[in-house]
Order: sequence, then C-alpha cells, then structure tokens
Amino acid sequence: MYNFEYQKPAALADALKALGQEDAKALAGGMTLIPVLKQRLNKPSVVVDLSKLGLTGITVSADAVTIGAMTTHAAVARSVEVQRAIPALAALAGGIGDNQVRARGTIGGSLANNDPAACYPAAALALGATITTNKRAIKADDYFQGMFSTALEESEVITSVSFPIPGKAAYVKFKQPASRYAMVGVFVAKGPAGVRVAVTGSGQGGVFRFAAAEAALAANWSAEAVAGVSVSVDRMMSDIHGSAAYRAHLVAVITKRAVAAAG
Amino acid sequence: MNAPFEGIGASVRRTEDLRFISGKGNYTDDINRPNQLHAVFKRSDRPHASIVRVDTAAALAMPGVAAIYTAADLAAIGGLPCGWGINNKDGTPMAEPKHPVLAEGKVRHVGDPIAMVIADTRQHAKDAAEAVVVELHDLPAAATGRDALAAGAAQIHDNAPGNVCYDWHIGDKDATDAAFAKAARVVKLDLLNNRLVPNAMEPRAAIGDFDRTTGLHTLYTTSQNPHVIRLLMGAFVLGIPEHKLRVVAPDVGGGFGSKIYHYAEEAGCTWAAAKLNRPVKWTAERSESFMSDAHGRDHDSHAEMALDAAGNFLGLRVATIANLGAYLSTFGPAVPTYLYATLLAGTYKTPTIYAEVKAVFTNTVPVDAYRGAGRPEATFLLERLVDAICYDTGADPVAIRKQNFIPRDAFPYQTPVALQYDSGDYFATLETAMKQADYAGFPARKAAAAAKGKLRGIGISTYLEACGIAPSAVAGALGARAGLYEVANVRVHPTGSVTVFTGTHSHGQGHETTLAQLVVEQLGVPHAQVEIVHGDTDRIPFGMGTYGSRSLAVGGSAMVKAMDKIITKGKKIAAHLLEASVEDIEFAGGKFSVAGTDRAKTFGEIALTAYVPHNYPITEIEPGLDETAFYDPANFTFPGGCHVCEVEIDPDTGVTSVVQFVAVDDVGRVINPMIVEGQVQGGVAQGIGQALLENAVYDAQGQLVSGSFMDYTMPRADNLSNISVGTENTLCTHNPLGVKGCGEVGAIGSPPAVMNAVIDALKAYGVRHMNMPASPEKVWNIINGGQRAAAE
Repeated sequence: MYNFEYQKPAALADALKALGQEDAKALAGGMTLIPVLKQRLNKPSVVVDLSKLGLTGITVSADAVTIGAMTTHAAVARSVEVQRAIPALAALAGGIGDNQVRARGTIGGSLANNDPAACYPAAALALGATITTNKRAIKADDYFQGMFSTALEESEVITSVSFPIPGKAAYVKFKQPASRYAMVGVFVAKGPAGVRVAVTGSGQGGVFRFAAAEAALAANWSAEAVAGVSVSVDRMMSDIHGSAAYRAHLVAVITKRAVAAAG
Repeated sequence: MNAPFEGIGASVRRTEDLRFISGKGNYTDDINRPNQLHAVFKRSDRPHASIVRVDTAAALAMPGVAAIYTAADLAAIGGLPCGWGINNKDGTPMAEPKHPVLAEGKVRHVGDPIAMVIADTRQHAKDAAEAVVVELHDLPAAATGRDALAAGAAQIHDNAPGNVCYDWHIGDKDATDAAFAKAARVVKLDLLNNRLVPNAMEPRAAIGDFDRTTGLHTLYTTSQNPHVIRLLMGAFVLGIPEHKLRVVAPDVGGGFGSKIYHYAEEAGCTWAAAKLNRPVKWTAERSESFMSDAHGRDHDSHAEMALDAAGNFLGLRVATIANLGAYLSTFGPAVPTYLYATLLAGTYKTPTIYAEVKAVFTNTVPVDAYRGAGRPEATFLLERLVDAICYDTGADPVAIRKQNFIPRDAFPYQTPVALQYDSGDYFATLETAMKQADYAGFPARKAAAAAKGKLRGIGISTYLEACGIAPSAVAGALGARAGLYEVANVRVHPTGSVTVFTGTHSHGQGHETTLAQLVVEQLGVPHAQVEIVHGDTDRIPFGMGTYGSRSLAVGGSAMVKAMDKIITKGKKIAAHLLEASVEDIEFAGGKFSVAGTDRAKTFGEIALTAYVPHNYPITEIEPGLDETAFYDPANFTFPGGCHVCEVEIDPDTGVTSVVQFVAVDDVGRVINPMIVEGQVQGGVAQGIGQALLENAVYDAQGQLVSGSFMDYTMPRADNLSNISVGTENTLCTHNPLGVKGCGEVGAIGSPPAVMNAVIDALKAYGVRHMNMPASPEKVWNIINGGQRAAAE
C-alpha cells in the first residue's frame, strides 16, 4: 500500500471533518478497503477509522431490528435478538466470508461499498430497510444505485440500518467457487413491506428486485409459485465461473430454494 | 516399561510439527540479514511485446533507491539453464532459446520480469518500481499450444520456428500401425489436461548475501534442492565456483514441484548482493506467485486404442501438444516426454504403443513438473480412454481393466515404452479398493440419491507411476544433464546420538520424522536421539533434492548404505573390545554381540570408543564414526493402485460433491503409516482440485484471467469428502528398503477417478467425455442439454 495518514476520531463530527479532506477514505471493517490498499489500487491521503464513533450495537423493537453501522457480521450472527426477530438476517451475517472476515467486516461498510456480490444489500432491499446516515434516512429502494454505487453523498456516513421484522424470510446463497462471494444470493421476505425478493451477485447493476418472483409470490407464497419465473439473461453478469444464462438459471433455482427455506 | 516402537512401520508423530504449528518455523522470509536491501521486480503486464524503452531515471531519484537493473546490466551473466535436453524425431536437439534473468528485447508472458528495483525498504522499492517507465509495443500472442502452432501464429522466439520446442516420439510406430490395421474396433478420445497453478502456502523468496572479505556468496531460497540451485546458478548463470557459493533452503512451506527450478529472482538477488555489497531480499506476493511460479500440466491430446473383438487392448496411439510456456523451465522438457509418454502402458499389457509429443512455446508462464509431473497426464488419458471404451462398447469398467492388467506373474515387466516395472499387483489394489468402497452396494446408493433428486456416479482409476527418480545412467541417456543419485552422511556422535545430513529436502513431507525412523530401525537408536539435517550446501555433502517421490527410495537408501558402513566399522571396534573375530560379531537391537554368547557392547559404547580410542584397533581403522554414502538407484520405483470416487450432482445447479473417496495404493514398504496416509490424502485433495475446481485460465490474448484466489478455485476442506486410504504392498525389488514412494500417487490416481464418476453420474445425458474441471456451469450445461459439445 501507499503511505497515508491514519486518523481515528472519537466523535462523528470530527470524522466528518476528517472525511472532508481531499482523497480521504472511510475505514469501517476494512475487508474491502484494506485489500484494495494493499494492491495499491487506491491512494488515499488520509484513512479515517470509524471504529471509535460508538456506531455499534443492536436494538430490537416490536417491529424492527436496528443495527449500528459498525456492528460486525459476527455480532449480528450471534445476536440472540436478531436470531429471534429475523433469523434469516442472522444466518446471512453468519454466512459472509469466513471467521476472520466476520470478526472485522461491518454492516455499514458492506452497504456503503455495495459490492455487487455482497450479501447485505440483498437483505436490505428485500426487507425494505432504512439506511440512516448523519444527514437523513434513506429507503433501500432509493439507496442502491448500481454496482459500487449508492445514494450516499460526499461526507455522508451510515450510522445505522433498520430492518422491519418480516413474517417470513430466508436468504440462500450460491457461492462463486473461488471467492465464495455470492454468485447468486436471493433474499425473500413477506412482511410489512409486502412480498419482496432481492437478488445479489448476479446482476450487472448490482442488487436488484426480482419483480416476476414478487408478483408470483404475492399471489401464492410457495416454492411452486416461482417454479416458472425467470429473470432476463440480459441483466446478468458473465465471467469464467458462470455465463449470464447460467446465472439467470441459478436465480430461478435459488429463489425457489429461498422460498422453501422461508416456509 | 518398554521403549515405544519407533522403527519402520510406526506412526511416529511428526517431530517437525511443533515448530510449524507454533509459528516457530524458520522460512526464508523469516531471515533478515544486517544492512539488507529489498528487491521488487517490475514485471510485464503484457503477454507478448517488444520492449521499446525502459527509463529508470525518475525511479532512481526516488527515496531509498540503491539500484535499478535491467537486461543491459546483466549482459555478462548467463540465462537460466534448462536441465534436460530432448531430441526431435530426426535426432536433432530441441530448440533451446535463452531464458534471460531479465527480459531482453521482448516480454513473452504476463509476469516476465523487466527490471529489478532495489531499495532500503520494500515500500521504497515498490514506489520506485511504479516509477520505472516501460514502453512496450504489443505483438500478437498465443496462449494455447494449438494457437501457437497455428499457421501465422506469433513467433515467440527467433530460434524456435513455428514455436516448436521439439517434436518427439517414442514407441514402435510400424508395430502400432499394424495393431490398428488388424483391430476389430478403435476407440478415440480427445482430451485436455487443465493447466494448474501450484500455490504452495509459502510464496517463493530469496536473499542474496556476499562477503567481500572471503568472496563467499550465500543464497537463502525457497528450494526443494539447494545443491541443484548451487550447480545451476553457480555454473551456468553467475559463474561462481561451488566453494564460493552456499545455498541455504531452510524450512520450506510446500513446493509440489514449483520450488525445484532455478528462478530469475534467485540469480538476480545473488548477483545484485555482490554488486552492491549488501544483502538483497525478495519475497513474492501472492499475485506475483500466480504469474511467476512454474505452472503445471496443460496438455492437449488425442488418443486411440485398438481392440480385438474380445476387448483386449492391441495397441495405443497418442499425440500430445504440450504447452511449455514462454521459456524452458529447468525440467520442463522432461515432463511431457520421459515422465509422461513412458507411462502410457499404465497398468495394462498393451503390446504396442506409439506416442508423439509436440512441445510448444506460448505466451504463458513456463510449465514444469507439478505433483505427479507427467504421470497424472498419462493416467488421466489412459483411464478416461478406458472408460470411453466402456461407453462405446458396453464393456464393464472393472472387467475390462482386469482383462488387460499386467498379470501378477509377469514381473519384471517390460513395457513397449522403455520402462521395466519391477513389481506390482494391480488386481490386489483393485479388489481391496472395490471392497473398501463397497462397489457392489453402489446401485442402492444411486437409487437412494435419485430419491433425493441427486445424480450419483462412481468412477474408478487404476494407475501406475514411475518415481524414485532416477538411475543416473538411464536419466542421462534420456537427456538429463545431471545425475539423480542421492547422498547421506550419517554422523554418530561420541555419546551415540546421530545426526543425518541428507541431500533430500523436506518441504512438508515429514522427513525429520520418517528418515529418523530408518535410523531407529537400523542402528537401534531412540527417535529422540536422531537429528535429520537438510537444506544447506555447506552442511550436507551433496544431494539432488526432493521431487519425483524420491526421498525415501533414493535418499533413504543412501542412508541405509551409510549406516551399513557404520555397522561394518562398529563391528571391527566391537571385535577388538570383545576380543573376538569380526566375523563372529552380530549387530541387532542396538548391540554388537559375539554370536552365541552374551558378551556384547552397546551402540553407545562403540561410538564412545570410536571417539575416545584408548583401547582401539588404531593401526587398522581410523577413529570416529561418521560415514557417507552415495546411492544411485538401479531402476525407477513403480507404485500403483486403484482409486474409487463417488460423486453426487445437484442437477438444478450442476454442483458436484465428492461423497466418498477410496485410495488403495501400493507404495512398497510403509515406514510411517500416518505420514503415508497424510501424503495420499494431500495428493488426492489436489487431484480432486484439478478435477473439479482448479483451472489456470488465459484469455485468447494471453492475459491470466484466474490470477488470484478470487478466481482460481483452490480446494478447501468442505470440497472434500473423507478420503479413505489403504495400502497394499508389493516391495520394490531393487532398493534396500523395498520402498516405492507415496508423495505423488494421490495426485496421479485421483483425477480420472473423479471424472469417471462425474461422467457416470451424467450417463443418462449421453456424456462420453468431459474435460476438467467439472465446474458447476459445465455440468449444468450438459444437464441443460444445449451445450454438450462445450464440455469436451
């Protein structure tokens, strides 16, 4: 990596100020940023570590699970409250990367980065989450704007994410064999926001809602109902692990499995 | 209490593991020399280009930079030598283009080093490497052997017309043609053996050091064979005589072949250290390893078997295009010839074989031996061909193999492709494996899988390999430019403990445990009283290193010979002390005794006497108890066996899971069953990796697409099933231990077993052959029906 200045402010205002500097980069868990820095693919002037801002913690109310942006995947996975309220969310967190990644990686970091193969964007979109920043509350439907692209503005930092508790939900992931990121990850949910199906890992534009599956499931919540639905091959990514056609096929298969898992 | 049994056959726990698993290993990168500089190599990001300009001026002015070298600075030193010459069909030698330490005039693969940047810190060296301006003019590139042979393909080396390194053959063409002429049936198969990246856990590293007061050069390096590196680098590249060059290969974290070869970075660091009079260190980053460690496999073959009406093999014809990469790696030319085509008889009595191999330069990383080296390619070809015969003729895969096996009583067996097998029993390994795998119960398991919606398949592979390399005279006749004996120095200390200096090198195999067991067995010394030393040319008399499953068969045999000398000398000392005739002294259980009496001296007493020779036959023998032996094997060793794999395929996703794997191998006498089991399991894991997961992918332009673990699928624990290991032993007839070697059998026997199982599972879809790896997409395409041809 290139040399950079490292700052670890203790207050959000200080962090925002630090992030206002030219070529500043926010560091959450670092599970994407650190490898990028090591490969010299990014040259920040200053790296602002967000870990001392008090943005960790999980609160569960009658109708929502709210997770501080700097809460690690491991903390979400092992939270008894999350396991009880939205078991699919705890399971998703427990299936990200490996133990080391889960011990460092954070929900805020994952959503801010919006990697097209990340797991959390599928949960946020399918559950109709609200992403709260230092400036505002953003609906998931407005937040994801294409791969590695979000509604976040300059000097805007995620502080927490709130997930309405669904009646039924499940996340099933088909892993890319080498990286073990999602090649196709489908989160299905039936809850206050209606029936929603979000797909990560396969879309050229990053996470997306699978409208045909949502319509079929709204009419009949069952694995059989989505047996015939398909996603357009044209919107699928293609690489050495899977063509667009194979990914489109997997989206249908994994959606069906996710519905079955949700019960 | 009896002493624990620690001799031959005991599963002694690996003594080296305490330091390995507690972080106390001493790897090359753990070594730092005073006043050391750091080297970073500026590498080509283009597959094939002429070098228009390299401008180092700005980089040289950067902080901490000590020097930047390009090919022009290295004009006085040699290229990296090739250790094996192959002759063409017409007897002319192979094309042997120079392999410069730094690219001269052209870059020929992504990763080809262009400049060596040396600075006070690695960070500064990396900064400066980025500031080196390299102007390249792209040339058309070829990534596959077939593309490089095509008319109009880019010419990669001026002195290798058509990109052909050699066009070689073996066997009797006329007799084979005659066998095909009278065949009732001919079965043909085209197959690719996928290119692999070795991915040792420890990346390569090198430190060059120089003492100008003595003129002594030292290279610390990640090598499987430090003496070979001393020979190659000293004599051919840098012109340093052996007595002024020390090569140290300390703990080495895996090699699988990739650390046999002499690499540019070793020569670069050694040369620069003398030039700058400061130590120079380089450690590869993982992405660098992908583009600079020699790759493995990459064969494109056509095979044809002639059969009579009864299913007897009459003759085999093979034509292979072997991709050697951009330059000749140290033993690259030997792999697709004498380590491959000579193995094409396999376990079968096929009376005549003719094989042609065209070795080709391409714009890819050089290819050389990787665990199994040639034998996995031969085994995959043969065992897939036998299953294709079954597909075409309806023959039973077990019955046709047994029908064509070399009979038990036919050993020694002369194959039509040069090798003479000394021993083996392919029926025994097959039968044991089938029993262990409950082959007979497969239909019930298949039905149970079908009830869950899974496709279950079973595959067998019966293989033969040649290892324990090698008789020097034979290797020399076949083109080796070195001997392939091994050396052991057994030093008995005055109080009876023993240090063995071995020319073999352990990089994970557990030699410190296994080789010490030989001492326990032969000299009766407790395991804890034995130290095995390897990896330093200043400490070990000589040696050819570890590869080709040779350490025990060749290195262990050298130890036996040296210990024979120890015992012979000990008997003379004992005879003197016991006032008996030497002929009457027996040595057993750590004691020298007078036959038929209870008069005896312990091994320790004899050792002490040898070093404190107060009462000693000083006029007849010298003091001391320290013996060296060189052992040159009479033949290769020939492990063989049978692997049985069962897979389940999820037809919805195309994912293949290995659900059962049985390996029954004849590795000769087993010294440490636990270590053999681990070696076989490790090899099988790599074989399953090749069959289902691993693939070095170049695009048509020569870019390495699978250049990191994000895209190169290494097998992980959850990709594997339990791997059941059994051994059936026929002893090697020509080495004193009866051992054959176990390091590579797992990687040799397993890929076709896995692929035969996958293809069996897909039988209903009309699949005759599929190339590796059987990735989920490839399998799904077959199930999906549309793209069956794409799998082949």
